[in-house]
This record gives sequence, structure tokens and C-alpha cells, in this order.
Amino acid sequence: MAKIVVIASGKGGVGKTTTSAAVATGLAMRGHKTVVIDFDIGLRNLDLIMGCERRVVYDFVNVINGESNLNQALIKDKRIEELFILPASQTRDKEALTQEGVEIVLTELKQRFDFIVCDSPAGIEHGAIMAMYFADEAIIVTNPEVSSVRDSDRIIGMLASKTYRAEHNMTPIKEHLLITRYAPKRVNSGEMLSAEDVQEILAIPLLGVIPESTSVLQASNAGIPVTLDKESDAGQAYLDVVARFLGENRPHRFMTSFKKNFLTRLFGN
Amino acid sequence: MSFFDYFRSSHQRKTADVAKERLQIIVAHERSKRNNPQPDYLPLLQKELLEVVRKYVVVEDEHIKVHIEKDGDYEVLEVNIALPETENRR
Ligand SMILES: Nc1ncnc2c1ncn2[C@@H]1O[C@H](COP(=O)(O)OP(=O)(O)OP(=O)(O)O)[C@@H](O)[C@H]1O
Ligand SMILES: [Mg+2]
Repeated sequence: MAKIVVIASGKGGVGKTTTSAAVATGLAMRGHKTVVIDFDIGLRNLDLIMGCERRVVYDFVNVINGESNLNQALIKDKRIEELFILPASQTRDKEALTQEGVEIVLTELKQRFDFIVCDSPAGIEHGAIMAMYFADEAIIVTNPEVSSVRDSDRIIGMLASKTYRAEHNMTPIKEHLLITRYAPKRVNSGEMLSAEDVQEILAIPLLGVIPESTSVLQASNAGIPVTLDKESDAGQAYLDVVARFLGENRPHRFMTSFKKNFLTRLFGN
Repeated sequence: MSFFDYFRSSHQRKTADVAKERLQIIVAHERSKRNNPQPDYLPLLQKELLEVVRKYVVVEDEHIKVHIEKDGDYEVLEVNIALPETENRR
């Protein structure tokens, strides 16, 4: 049975698109037929992060409006088998995403894919609600910082009230917490909320922690999802996240700084 | 790091701890508002009730609490007014 996974956060710029690209790529690398959809109407960016911006002809809204069919709009990734991208449109009309339209497209995609990853726009408006509405699972992307944590909590509240599963009294959307842009050094010095603190406040299961990493900017410069940079800390952290998402047990990494590791090795805990 | 810095840092609260505490309070507050949504007229009702009560007793703004509780099929309008010590009565 196909799974719809929304990548949401409330606050902007916390790493939703980076995560959508990385997780979708990771799932496809593991052999699952995966499509990643850009719900950020008017601010198309997933195509750039995935490196397929020059191959966009038709988009999500064209399909909804019947101006093209799905096959014409889906872009097949050139690096990974089983990976497809459905780009957002550049239209200014945010209401172009109707609930009925989204439902028709998702239903068709469910016949063909194992995972449908939905990259949500920032905010708590129509676009964000459309991205989460039909989801089975949600990855809440949070930075260890007060406004991001608070907005994540609002999104968690919306998942429990404004979605198809909520409105039809079905099993609630399965939630996963993903903490990104994590800087263990700053956590150790008491300037940054720890992953444990964020998890305790939001009270949903921790899927993983992605370190603040220069490899993310470099990957986006090149249009390569960071999961394909297997040498990088962020790439490895996302591969772990995908493995955990698929039900595997992987210890959390990249949560302590070298200094602390070194000291604990010397003196014990 | 001088001895003095060390002394100070062990006494000053880390900003991450402050952040955690503030978040716990605001998140709990916002969750309870979400789980028990209050009707739009409540702030105005509270204001007018306060005006009536003030004709007779001195009460501070923060000493009146008005909210609606769901109790099965019923909704209960709960008004809580803390009266001051007797010498402040009019
Ligand atoms: N782990 C990380 N380390 C360093 N930089 C990161 C990391 N994750 C994301 N970034 C950077 O943060 C910025 C925002 O990332 P991204 O576009 O993925 O966020 P977003 O949540 O999709 O934003 P928006 O809300 O605007 O859609 C980008 O410049 C990205 O390179
Ligand atoms: Mg984005």
C-alpha cells in the first residue's frame, strides 16, 4: 500500500525542501518507487535542489487543471531508478491547489508508487494544509530554536485536526520528529536546545538529527540531493533517517561534538 | 577563561535552559487553547462582567477568569472572580 508522507514545519527555511529531496532520494536508493511533490506553489524550488530545473515542462497545477497528464509532468531522476519529481507551478494563484484536484492526482500516484513525499510550503495557510491533508505519515522538521519549536507544535496540532484522517476519525497520522541544523558544540556550551529537550517539548518520536553542515549548501549548489554525498555527515545522517523510517534500528549519530567525545573517552562520563 | 568567568558562568543560567522553560510554558498554554477552543465573544463578555462587578467591588483585571468547559453534552460557563481583602470593598 502506497504511503503519503508530508514534510512539514510551520516556520520557513528550516530545511523542509532539503529533507524532502534527501528522504525521497534515500527511499528510492533503497529500491522503493518514490515520487516527491513540490507543494510550494509560486515558489518552486525542489526542482533546483533535485537538479532537474531545466527539465520542467508541465507542473502539478497543469495536471490538476487537465492541461497535461501525469506522465507529461513527472520528471524521472537521471541518477536513481524509481525516483520521480512533480514540480510546483510558478502561478501566483495559491488557490490553484484544490482539495479535489490534489486528491485525484494523489490517488493516481498511489497506484504507481510506494512512497509519495510531499514538500510543504512554510506557514499554516492553504498550501500547507493541502500538503498535509491526505498524509499517512508526517516528518516534522524542526531547528533547535524557540520559534521553530513553537511552530512545529502548531503543525502537530493541525495534523490532529485539519487532515483527512482527523476529519474521518481514522488512525491518526504517524508523526516523526526530525531535528535539523544541529550544532552539538553549541548544545554543549548551553547556547542551543538539545535534541532531548526539543523531543521532550514536542513529545513525538525522534526520527533523527541532521547536523548543521556545509555539505548541504554544496549539494544544493550542485543540484544533488545530499543523500547522494555519502561521504558527508548530513548525507549519512539522512541515510540513517531513511533506514529508521523503514523500520530499521540505527543508533543516533552526529549528536555529540568531537570535544565531548574526546573528553568522555578520557574521563568516562 | 579566568577564574572569575568560571565563577560567573556556573551561576548564570544557560540560555538553552531559559529557552526550554519558556517553550514548555507557551506550548502547554497553546495546546490547552487548542484542545478547548473558546468562543469569540468571551473577551468582551469578560470585559463587561468586570465593569458590572467593579460597580460594587475593586477587582484587578487579572482577578477575573471566564471560560467554557465541556462536560459531556453540556457546556458550562465558568466565571471566577477573586475578591480583594475586605478593606478594599466599596
Ligand atoms: N543541515 C543543514 N546544514 C546547513 N544548512 C542547511 C541544513 N539544512 C538546510 N540548510 C540550509 O537552510 C536553507 C533553507 O533550507 P530549505 O530550503 O530546505 O528550507 P525550507 O524549510 O524548505 O524553506 P521554505 O520554508 O522557504 O520552503 C538552505 O539554504 C539550506 O541550504
Ligand atoms: Mg521549501
